[in-house]
Amino acid sequence: MTAAEPMTTPAPTGGSVEDEPLLVIEDLTVRFPTEDGVVSAVTDLSYSVDLGKTLGIVGESGSGKSVSSMAVLGLHDARTARISGSIRLRGAEIVGMSEAKLRKLRGNEVAMIFQDALAALHPFYRVGNQLAEAYQEHHPDASKRDARRKAIEMLDRVGIPRPDRRVDDFPHQFSGGMRQRAMIAMGLINDPSLLIADEPTTALDVTVQAQILDLLQDLQREFNSAVIIITHDLGVIAEMADDVLVMYSGRAVEYGPCKDILVHPEMPYTWGLLSSVPDVTSDPDARMIPIPGNPPSLLAPPTGCPFHPRCAHRDKVPGDLCRTALPELLPGGRGGHHVKRCHLTNPDAIYEAEVLPEIAPDLAEER
Amino acid sequence: MFAYVVKRLLSGVVVLFLVSMTIFLVFWYGPQEPAQVVCDRQTSNRCGERIELYRENLGYNNAWYEEYGTFLKGIAVGRDIKFGNRELSCAAPCLGRSYLNDAPVWEEMKTRMPATFSVAIGGAALYLLLGIPIGIAAARRRGTLADKALVSSFLVISSIPYYLFALLVWLFLTISWEIPLFAETGYFPLTDNPAKWFSGLFLAWIALGVFGCTSYTRYTRGSMVEVLGEDYIRTAKAKGLASTKVVYKHGLRSALVPVVTIFGIDFGTLLAGTIFTEQIFDIEGIGRWALNAVYQRDLPVVAATALFGATILIISNLIVDVVYSILDPRVRFS
Repeated sequence: MTAAEPMTTPAPTGGSVEDEPLLVIEDLTVRFPTEDGVVSAVTDLSYSVDLGKTLGIVGESGSGKSVSSMAVLGLHDARTARISGSIRLRGAEIVGMSEAKLRKLRGNEVAMIFQDALAALHPFYRVGNQLAEAYQEHHPDASKRDARRKAIEMLDRVGIPRPDRRVDDFPHQFSGGMRQRAMIAMGLINDPSLLIADEPTTALDVTVQAQILDLLQDLQREFNSAVIIITHDLGVIAEMADDVLVMYSGRAVEYGPCKDILVHPEMPYTWGLLSSVPDVTSDPDARMIPIPGNPPSLLAPPTGCPFHPRCAHRDKVPGDLCRTALPELLPGGRGGHHVKRCHLTNPDAIYEAEVLPEIAPDLAEER
Repeated sequence: MFAYVVKRLLSGVVVLFLVSMTIFLVFWYGPQEPAQVVCDRQTSNRCGERIELYRENLGYNNAWYEEYGTFLKGIAVGRDIKFGNRELSCAAPCLGRSYLNDAPVWEEMKTRMPATFSVAIGGAALYLLLGIPIGIAAARRRGTLADKALVSSFLVISSIPYYLFALLVWLFLTISWEIPLFAETGYFPLTDNPAKWFSGLFLAWIALGVFGCTSYTRYTRGSMVEVLGEDYIRTAKAKGLASTKVVYKHGLRSALVPVVTIFGIDFGTLLAGTIFTEQIFDIEGIGRWALNAVYQRDLPVVAATALFGATILIISNLIVDVVYSILDPRVRFS
């Protein structure tokens, strides 16, 4: 429960570092003690990402998506956050790492792209200087001129027209899409092995969203980095992700390969997310069904399964199990890498019989 | 930028024109018979019926706009002023002659400006040098015991009225404890004796600086706490910058914007004359002069000091806006 505890955890041995994925998170728990009580923002979260792969993290606001990825950069204030568990990047433990070592990782090995680029870029400094600053911080030998050249090169790479001129613009002189491109350029300027994109397209209009996603995919191929994309947009997930992690109330509720999760979801919360996606190309008779209720309080989460107060299928579980016992994250009917946190015994059948016909009648008939 | 400054200067001149006219009219139509002071003085308080003569001589029987025109002309090119049966010249910029001793107001003002400016600059420098760093330190430690203790103790100091605070400072440091450095307060020209200039004003600076720094600590702290919660601060941290760089390069520049605005107005007020400070620490500055002029109904001096205050405030507002646009490019380019 303390931040210091994991420092005593023995470092993984040489052999396992070789085999281990780039980023491994185990039993990550992030709590914020407040005057009203302890907020459990993330509880017992585990996942991993390999180089060249993309993990999509989905969930509503307050489900712990951003908090967990901020922990990867060690960005939580040690005075306000209690972090336990393990975050290993190339085998190096990040939880409890010294600030000096963390700084060497941030923006260098791990970079982050934030959602609202207008707010995330400093309004008073030129775009180019902000990029160059990120470069120089991790290349202390580089001259100002080198850093500027690198900034122009990156702006060009992300598709900013006339980068040699726009480099001297201020963020407010850029359009929304260009600002997000500049953010991406800043994230990639030090060629990080892990890029975390926190809702990178939320503040943009749809056509620009598609461009930004394409750009991210191109760059990922080029730089061969691992990408974590945080979103509440399943369309983004479908396009980008290799693996998907569905979070609810600070916990993983479903985790597995993207295709499995989108085609054979086994957790009613995931069904709810799928049901609330509008799709212009689908059957106009298909219904968009919102998830009833609100995300749970993180101060006093519901007993048992945190989703049970909003779950339409809890009656199908015998007894009062959903209300009393937290389901474990276990492999579902399709086995292996697809895990879910739900008491339902035959989720696949329920999904096909009850959920699919409502949200995608054409797909249901095909089966 | 240059066009902007010129535009602001022009609008400042218009404002000054309106202010000067307002001041002029307030005294013209005021409850006080303006000629009375001169008449009383020159007739050894046996003015009586002769007031009419003085009114005529001083121009109070003319239409106000004629006299206002004369007043403006005096500022621009100088004029001659009739005092009773004498006619005295008054060189530009003529703000009139004192009703009490016939001295040209502008000349007197010039001799008093260094005292007021010395007090204002020293006091303001001290409260900025104390207030801003303390505010930053408190913001970085927000919520801790040290922060809470500091904020509440500063609140106590700033709850004391300033005149009482300054008076207590003087009473204790100069009178009770007889600290040699503070023994002789007052203004001594810097060019005559820098050491004496310093020691004469030091106590006034301390009073202004310590009292003022409590406000600036609160402004800076509040602004800094807000800025440190901004997304771009998180971005700066995510780049791997050291926390001092995050705070001073990315945080402070934004946090200073509202502080600069308040400071511009505060400093302008200080430059226009610090009545309490000058009175308590025996400094012959503009504030004290203005106060005496009000007591003695010396209209030209009252009008001149009011106009001086307005000019200083307009200039300091202009400087604030220019600094503002240097700090924030969004202002510069819109």
